[in-house]
Amino acid sequence: MSESKPIIEFKDVTFWYGQNETEPALKNINLTIHEGDYVALLGLNGAGKTTLQLCINGVVPNNILGNFEGQVIVDGKDTLETPVREMAKIVGMVFDNPEFQLSQMSVGEEIALGMESLGYSYEEMVETIDEVLDIVGLQGLTERSPFGLSGGQQQRLSIASALAMRPKILVMDEPTSNVDPIGKEEIFQVAYELNRKRNMTVIMAEHEVEVMAQYANLVVVMHEGEIVLQGTPEEVFSNVDLLKSLGLRMPQVAAFGNELEKLGIMTLNGHYPVKLSQAVETYGRLFEKKAG
Amino acid sequence: MEPIIKVEDLTHIYPTGQVVAVKDISLEINPGEIVGVIGQNGSGKTTLVKHFIGLLKPTSGKVIVNGKDTAPLRVQQIAANVGYVYQNPNHQLFARTVREELAFGPRNLDLPEDEVNARVEQAVEFFHLEELLELHPYRISFPLRKLVGMASIYTMRPAVFILDEPTTGQDNITTQTVYRLIKKLRDEGSTVLCVAHDMILLAEVVDRMLVLRDGDLIMDATPREVFSNYEIMSSTHLTPPQITTLSLRLREKYDAFDNVALSIDEMVSEVQKFSNK
Repeated sequence: MSESKPIIEFKDVTFWYGQNETEPALKNINLTIHEGDYVALLGLNGAGKTTLQLCINGVVPNNILGNFEGQVIVDGKDTLETPVREMAKIVGMVFDNPEFQLSQMSVGEEIALGMESLGYSYEEMVETIDEVLDIVGLQGLTERSPFGLSGGQQQRLSIASALAMRPKILVMDEPTSNVDPIGKEEIFQVAYELNRKRNMTVIMAEHEVEVMAQYANLVVVMHEGEIVLQGTPEEVFSNVDLLKSLGLRMPQVAAFGNELEKLGIMTLNGHYPVKLSQAVETYGRLFEKKAG
Repeated sequence: MEPIIKVEDLTHIYPTGQVVAVKDISLEINPGEIVGVIGQNGSGKTTLVKHFIGLLKPTSGKVIVNGKDTAPLRVQQIAANVGYVYQNPNHQLFARTVREELAFGPRNLDLPEDEVNARVEQAVEFFHLEELLELHPYRISFPLRKLVGMASIYTMRPAVFILDEPTTGQDNITTQTVYRLIKKLRDEGSTVLCVAHDMILLAEVVDRMLVLRDGDLIMDATPREVFSNYEIMSSTHLTPPQITTLSLRLREKYDAFDNVALSIDEMVSEVQKFSNK
């Protein structure tokens, strides 16, 4: 695990959406995320991934009211005591449907929207717009209508709007579920570069386990409001039976290793490759032996 | 066998633009085939399949469904034979409850009420909608609403099913329900067209893939052939399932086996075959 300092800490967090809800949406969440982590949040729909993400910028419980217990500390700030407007400077949010986030007549105005409400000067805004569009690969599109962009471009615009606030943390809720394969590639690439080159902390809820195994250093698995597993991709995806019982998929190359082990073809002691490059190396041994 | 869908030199140009959305495509689909339609957004996939239910009419060329030229037909006249499940269920659902939504189609076909009810029950059981029946479709989560969209077409038992991105936004459990639906439709003899980016669905569930790029049909082949074709895959920015890529890499590196694996099971049997050599 990383050496850097904790940037997000959930301490015994339990949250009910309404007074009448019997089951909490989050149950006893304890989670520490370090600066520069790339966190994959896995779980079925309804497992609590979105609710957990909304705690990070304080929308839960400050805007979405409910019964909240415990504490969330983000970049040294207690979310219960910090206005969401302040949290927005630390935490950028990107949701699954870009159309719900876009409202302005031009790409530039879309990015300026958040900055305007935080009182940036005109010069600062113009400079920032160019900079963030460059980061997400949308340079030159400042005057275009957001609604004329492709799904992948729209989603990158959402990322750019979030980046304009200079956040340290980028929270993304299934950002690729409404875009085509090129768009997916683009979004995963941008998130990866923000994480690697700018040390931004990324928390991504996503069903594509193969991609998450490739990028994330911390995988968090949720089920019915609880965190049931957390660790490196290699650690989490060695829990084959638990993941199966929760109805979750693991990377195909890991599931393949588990099958080979069950059939006695290969001994892996429960440590399965999760990335393609690891898999080529590990399973290549089967063929090298034969050749030698 | 008479094809259930026959496309002859189909070209479609949207009235608003100069863009040729579909260019001179000809193909035939036989009853019972499970066909995946892939390509980037804007490649012409949705434009092509919308012709099969008459939502779009050819600018030139012909589309024949179930022996009938679609050009003079209205959507309502085609809908008994062809069901179209929208990618976005909000474009499709309108009833006040899930139950009414499921009953609407078969009732509209003038089926007797007990048949309507029987079909609703079968759909409820298959899609696990028991708890949702009396709810308004807009009160349930988006992924489940998509399943309701599929269920409400399933109750009509059309000969041809068109599913537009049925697994996007779904988790593993509901994705598996979609795969089971397609296999069930296959067993019941339906023809299924699936517009999809879900590579596992394409690898493990469909028999044939139509690959579109900029309005052209650039490949019409089995998933194994498509996924093995590096040029097609990279020019369309499609990535095969991880297990397929693994088998391609191992095959290249070790000259290990003949067949590219489309699933974990296939990969296991390739390894078994190899070690028995």
